[in-house]
Amino acid sequence: MKVRTLILRVPGTNCDQETVEAFEEAGSHVDLKHINSLIRDSTRLDDYHIFCIPGGFSYGDDLGAGKILACQLKYRLRRPIERFISEGKIILGICNGFQALVKAGLLPGLNGAFNRQEATLALNEGGLFVDRWVYVRCEETRCKPLNSLAKTIFYMPVNHAEGRFIAPPSILDVLEDDGYIVFRYVDPYGSISREWNPNGSMNNIAGICNMDGNIVGLMPHPEKHIHQYTHPSWTRLDRMSNVNCLRLFKALVDYAYTHLA
Amino acid sequence: MARVGIIPVRDATDRELMDISGRYMLSLSLDEMKAIQAYFRSIGRDPTDVELNTIAQTWSEHCYHKTFKGIIETEDGVIDSLLESYIFKASRELAKPWCLVVFEDNAGIIGLERDWAIAVKVETHNHPTALDPYGGAGTGTGGVFRDVIGVGARPILSIDVLFFGPLDYPYELLPQGVMHPRRVMRGAVAGIRDYGNKMGVPTACGAIGFDEGYVCNPLVYAGCVGIMPFSRYTRKPKPGDLIVLAGGRTGRDGLRGVTFASTELTPDSERVSAVSVQIGNPIEEKKLLDAIMRSRDEYSEPLYSAITDCGGGGLSSAVGEMARGIGAEVELSLVPLKYRGLEPWEIWLSESQERMVLAVPEENIDRLMRIFGEEDCEATVIGRFTSTRRLKVYYDGEVVCDLDLEFLFKGIPRVRRKAYWKPPHEEDPDFPMPEDLMDILKHMLSDPNIASKEWVIRQYDHEVQARMVVKPMVGIHGDGPSDACILKPLRDSWIGVVVSCGVNPKYSSHPYKMALSVVDESVRNNVAVGGRRIALLDNFSWGNPERGETLGALVEAVKGCYDAAKAFDTPFISGKDSLYNEYRLPDGSYRSIPGTLLITAVGIIPDVRRAVTMDFKEPGNPIYIVGNTRCELGGSYYYSTIGVRGGIIPSVDLKNAKLIMDGIVEAIDLGYVKSCHDCSEGGLAVALAESCFSGGLGVEVWLSEVSRLDLARDDKILFSESNSRFIVEVRRGREDDFEKIFYGLPCRKIGYTTSGSRLVIHGLDGKIYEEDIWVFKKAWKSTFNW
Repeated sequence: MKVRTLILRVPGTNCDQETVEAFEEAGSHVDLKHINSLIRDSTRLDDYHIFCIPGGFSYGDDLGAGKILACQLKYRLRRPIERFISEGKIILGICNGFQALVKAGLLPGLNGAFNRQEATLALNEGGLFVDRWVYVRCEETRCKPLNSLAKTIFYMPVNHAEGRFIAPPSILDVLEDDGYIVFRYVDPYGSISREWNPNGSMNNIAGICNMDGNIVGLMPHPEKHIHQYTHPSWTRLDRMSNVNCLRLFKALVDYAYTHLA
Repeated sequence: MARVGIIPVRDATDRELMDISGRYMLSLSLDEMKAIQAYFRSIGRDPTDVELNTIAQTWSEHCYHKTFKGIIETEDGVIDSLLESYIFKASRELAKPWCLVVFEDNAGIIGLERDWAIAVKVETHNHPTALDPYGGAGTGTGGVFRDVIGVGARPILSIDVLFFGPLDYPYELLPQGVMHPRRVMRGAVAGIRDYGNKMGVPTACGAIGFDEGYVCNPLVYAGCVGIMPFSRYTRKPKPGDLIVLAGGRTGRDGLRGVTFASTELTPDSERVSAVSVQIGNPIEEKKLLDAIMRSRDEYSEPLYSAITDCGGGGLSSAVGEMARGIGAEVELSLVPLKYRGLEPWEIWLSESQERMVLAVPEENIDRLMRIFGEEDCEATVIGRFTSTRRLKVYYDGEVVCDLDLEFLFKGIPRVRRKAYWKPPHEEDPDFPMPEDLMDILKHMLSDPNIASKEWVIRQYDHEVQARMVVKPMVGIHGDGPSDACILKPLRDSWIGVVVSCGVNPKYSSHPYKMALSVVDESVRNNVAVGGRRIALLDNFSWGNPERGETLGALVEAVKGCYDAAKAFDTPFISGKDSLYNEYRLPDGSYRSIPGTLLITAVGIIPDVRRAVTMDFKEPGNPIYIVGNTRCELGGSYYYSTIGVRGGIIPSVDLKNAKLIMDGIVEAIDLGYVKSCHDCSEGGLAVALAESCFSGGLGVEVWLSEVSRLDLARDDKILFSESNSRFIVEVRRGREDDFEKIFYGLPCRKIGYTTSGSRLVIHGLDGKIYEEDIWVFKKAWKSTFNW
């Protein structure tokens, strides 16, 4: 059976097409659905193995990035999402999707899904929207679907104004000690460096997962680099030796194929 | 009782007519008021305020382009319409089969491959930006997106070209009512950022310039490229089709924007015309886009028979244009409002943002309404197209406007204007050559016009949609200045769309040569990355055309556009003019912008994998300069940096220029070119420095090898801004093949790239100029390190 991925669209979503493309290239069947069709129950989350919330400015990011979408998830789609998670299925949030998952209390969700918000994504240290390519290292964590990629350094852009990950020290310690931090901003050689942190995130955190490792979110955009010709310096590279982010989507789809489909 | 006023024009004297034009802010001339008077005399009644305003919007310079369509008397004879005689004429004569829709709709449309087509539009939003930089620039962007959506295309690129006063302009010299350029720039950039980023349209092409002429009148050119399946293009509303108003609600923002844009600004503009600036909400427009794309694609045919943007002139213009040749009836009380209390004429004229008008056959209305409902986007039937050839508007069942469409669109008396032009005297000044040319180069690199705009570019999202193959910033550190951007719009094809600009107000003292130069610049930027089969858009921002010299300069520029388009084989597909960019001071004196012509070039590249960027790639590669360097330093950054006046504005050798461009494309296609950068502002020296620090490599060149005419001074060779020139890094071992392509054309090897970080230039008499490339980069990046 083919892996089925649902990509969510809400007013203001704007990275949906390239996210569809990334999952399709990774071998999944993909449906792109408006949130209203989930709320009205004409689309059933149960029919899918992967649920992805792509980037954009959901509902204009009025009230803060991803806040209204977080409320929609929490108050309109709570039951289907809880069922989806409990079956071990995968949720991926990219950029605005990550912001919504954090604000809905799904990430990191140390006290259970939808319990309370434990971290946030604040305005960038620079105070402005930033479009910049960054190196992102995948860590060895409780996120099993991505463990095959541990230590891989990916190259992808960040495009956000509110991407600075912050959490209280008690939470941050748990995230560090118990393997919740899936992605970190690093320098080209894989070392953690302040200079290569685009937004001032604590501990260079670019993305995290939940306790069961089946919900994962990140600020940078892997779907923007699934073939080499979107690399900002591809005209200078040896054309064959370019690691792109398609592997990330493949890892999720392969895991879903082995464990869920 | 309908809240509608009757305005007695039938018995008005000339003076009273002009009073009426002033009181209702119609911006109409006496001739035009008299034409209106004659019409209402003939039908035996006086107009309502709705009717009078409808006519004023339709006849405004902004909507009708009466100067460009008018009769112009020059010393060389009478020009019957600048558009017909030059701009359209070039496109007609070039007759390209891939030009699908040219100057007929909201955007120009050209073929791409198979059924796919590209829609392009560039607009200006100068007046609103002067009053409200954030709102004005943002809604300019939103408006041009809607122009592209209005032909049924999905926006894939946002273009922005901005001009402001000098950022260090002294506050005490600012005329009353004028904001400081720094504030205008911050606001405009933020407005474009928030609209483009939220709509999810990458902003990746443009320019920012500074000149004292823009202190009172900043310029904002906003452009958009979209993609569409051309078989889904439809613009034939039929009698009986329903008129659907979709998107945002209607409020009092944006009243009389087009008539406001057709006059000069004054210190009172903010008080009188603040309501002319619209209030934008990009998410509303994103919902509208999503709903329209579904209405276009979900069934075997689009659910609408025609669609248009509700922009300048509001409903009066959108419905009026669509009703041309058929007729329409509208009930204004059905229009959803932001708040209560709008007069009928306000509803009819409001330019509230994020609205589109669709003509929908009755059998499709349920499907359309379902789609809009699912997308949380409001859509309302407000009337119906008819076959009466009349524009009939009701409010609560009472007629408030009943106009003959023939009169509305053809009743405007043609303007007759006089134009004078005297070519300026040009002479290259004599002055001793400065000692430290590298220090001057450093200063030029930090000139705000040349310096890195990274601070701005990084605030714009240029990655969204993941189609950007050549980005605005390229090179080893991803921050070198790209000549053009390339998009790969289709998932299943390697074809690319190449977009570039040309603009240079420093040449405005010689508008004919300026036009040649900016067409050349836009084309060579396009060619430098591998673009060909280029279509052009012309956007004029000019002063008051009622003044003979100002209009004369405009005529010269238009002539240059025609000659250049013909020579480069590049048709115009769309364009727009914004006149009256002037500021009237209380003492009666005025300040005008320099005549500013923006040319946007849209080319294609059959395989984006062949694209070339401007950063030097490897040490030891030969460096060529293609094109002749002449003593053309009028308006140059060299002269302005060292404070020298005069000089000869660069011209274009139209015959050779086209051959050079073709040669570059051929060399790129054959894989001989490792990097290519055009020489423009700052000439050869700036181009070399940029390619060096963008590639992290040094270069060593000999000025004696540069092919040049009438030039025997190091400084002038280095800084001349002659057109049609490229710096090309050629693949080692391909020198002969490369030179063969340019047989008979100026093409000379001037040196090679080096592995160090030194820029080394050997002067004519053996003097060596030398500097570290990182020193140049630092200077280039320091200006906008905000």
